[in-house]
Amino acid sequence: MSTPIATAGDLLAEAGATAQSPGLWVLAWRRLRRDRVAMVSLAVVALFVAVMLASWLGLVARNWSAEVGVSYAPPTFFAGDVVAPRRASAARDAAAVAAPDAQPVDISDVDPLASRYAEWRERAARIQSVQSYPAPTLPFGGDKWGRDVLQKTIKGSEVSITVGLVAALLAVLVGAALGAAAGYWGGRVDDVCEWFYNVFTSIPYILLILAFAAVLSRGLGTIILILGLTGWTGVYRLMRAEYIKHSGREYVRAAQAIGASHFARMFRHILPNTAHVMLVQFSQHVVQFIKAEVILSFLGLGVPVGMVSWGTMLAEAQEELVTGKWWQLVAAGLAMAVLVTAVSLLTDAMRDALDPKLR
Amino acid sequence: MAAFILRRLWQMIPTLAGVILLVFFLFNWVGGDPALVLAGKVADPATVENIRRQLGVDQPYWVQLLIFVKQVFTFDFGRSWSTNEEVSNVILTRIGPTLTIMVPVMVIGSTLAVLFAVLVAYVRGTLTDRAVMIATTTAMSVSFLVYIIVFQWLFGFRLGFFPVQGWTDDFWTNLARYAPLPIILAVLVGLAPELRLYRSFFLEELNQDYVRTARAKGLSEQRVLLRHVLRNALIPILTNIGIYLPGLFVGSFLLEVFFAIPGLGREIIGAVNRSDFPVIKAVTVYLAIFTMIVNLVVDVAYRLVDPRVKFK
Repeated sequence: MSTPIATAGDLLAEAGATAQSPGLWVLAWRRLRRDRVAMVSLAVVALFVAVMLASWLGLVARNWSAEVGVSYAPPTFFAGDVVAPRRASAARDAAAVAAPDAQPVDISDVDPLASRYAEWRERAARIQSVQSYPAPTLPFGGDKWGRDVLQKTIKGSEVSITVGLVAALLAVLVGAALGAAAGYWGGRVDDVCEWFYNVFTSIPYILLILAFAAVLSRGLGTIILILGLTGWTGVYRLMRAEYIKHSGREYVRAAQAIGASHFARMFRHILPNTAHVMLVQFSQHVVQFIKAEVILSFLGLGVPVGMVSWGTMLAEAQEELVTGKWWQLVAAGLAMAVLVTAVSLLTDAMRDALDPKLR
Repeated sequence: MAAFILRRLWQMIPTLAGVILLVFFLFNWVGGDPALVLAGKVADPATVENIRRQLGVDQPYWVQLLIFVKQVFTFDFGRSWSTNEEVSNVILTRIGPTLTIMVPVMVIGSTLAVLFAVLVAYVRGTLTDRAVMIATTTAMSVSFLVYIIVFQWLFGFRLGFFPVQGWTDDFWTNLARYAPLPIILAVLVGLAPELRLYRSFFLEELNQDYVRTARAKGLSEQRVLLRHVLRNALIPILTNIGIYLPGLFVGSFLLEVFFAIPGLGREIIGAVNRSDFPVIKAVTVYLAIFTMIVNLVVDVAYRLVDPRVKFK
């Protein structure tokens, strides 16, 4: 890690060389780069997103629903002793299958089909057949149907991360649009937006989600819609305050003086100055929505039956734990905990990097 | 002050109207035709029409809205669509078990959180402080579901300290036998976020001038924290508790589902799964009204406690 003095020197040297001072984002990125926790978190988040994208493109975990192992196959690292006897029996089965090929008694003179055996054997040999056995153990264990828990966890990340990202994007867009309108225009527009805000916040959040869930059909799009349409209030509050603060500033009035339209002033001039608020809010909402999706899916209000998410995995794990099958619980719970911790730490670091005064 | 309260009550009217409109829009418009759900899979048109007439959904929307408004103010939401139980009866009988769990959670949880927050604020900046902060971040990132599943399995099933689930009609049996595990669980899980929040309130107060004055007078750090900072920080803490008060009545629906507690939360989940709209409509509207009243009470209390805040 470089010392602050050296960095300040670097900045000065660079500023002198290019005759241009670095912008907010460049400075923030430099501050973030110095934060080791933030960099590790960023790497973890990037890894999760990369795995999720690979799964989405079908590069990994494409056959997550294949029954590759025995029912409740234990994790490989946990149950080394189970492996040996199973392998032995598999070998015995293979030997039994191979045996009939050798014909001990020659009855070809009375067998009317004798002339065709050679042809059939040749045709049979042309068909490639592989004897497959359900694996006795799987890298991270198997579920009730012998599906690989590791692949399920990867496939489940698709739903959880997609819901987290898209719903957070929707919430931030709705909140920012309403907040910008309320803060910039004031007056009647503000009254209407405040009314919306009061209505939505007077219903306890979880009840609001359930009320939406009750009337909408189940599905991935529905969860995103529900979380986005109920989660915008916090963003709205902050964005409204930002727009009230900024709309009176000199640079906005200067923009007005040179003939910038309302639209241009709202979105070209003020919006970039509030982008850091939106970014931090977005990141916080991703965490919140990933957690919410897991609970909604667990309750059966989330993804439909044919899909897997960390919430449905936990729902299965609840019954499995009683019989000592802990791996699905650990896999889904751990995957979510690591992702949520990384995003939370990254959010804190981003907030510090974007607004050093807050520290 | 009376003028302030009256004005606030007056301002509640548009919000209440909005809540009623939102709930009406969701359940009478977006929700679709309930008769098709209720009549079953193979329904003849006569049955569907009959159910529609019974529910009043054959009326134009403005008549339905009037019926809904009347229901809100007469406390009569009719009967549940699936169990035929009176909605008012559903709410009144389910609220008891929920409060049996949630009131102790609120009291014990808040007390512990304030206590620990004072302690952490006392050692702020030290390794202990940082360790506690890291521990809470980690604890908060594990899903509530995982906590419930593991606790129920470990303490209920494996170790047998508590019954895995169950409920009786007797309040004291419930409190002594069935409530402890859910209560402990909710308190422990709620501790991390509350501790962090209250710690930040304490640290904010510690930067104030009166703290510097108290130190300049030669007061000990304990005295500064307990006599001066704690009292001032209690204002945002109580506000925060006030915000969570309406949630008390929904209870932690997950706890109720897992521990088979016949409370309001489990009832709502059931109602959502059964498309039993009257129950959800009633609970949503009344909790919204309750929230508005709690907000008003908190505001008034805030102004009574803190003379710097004026009634505007």
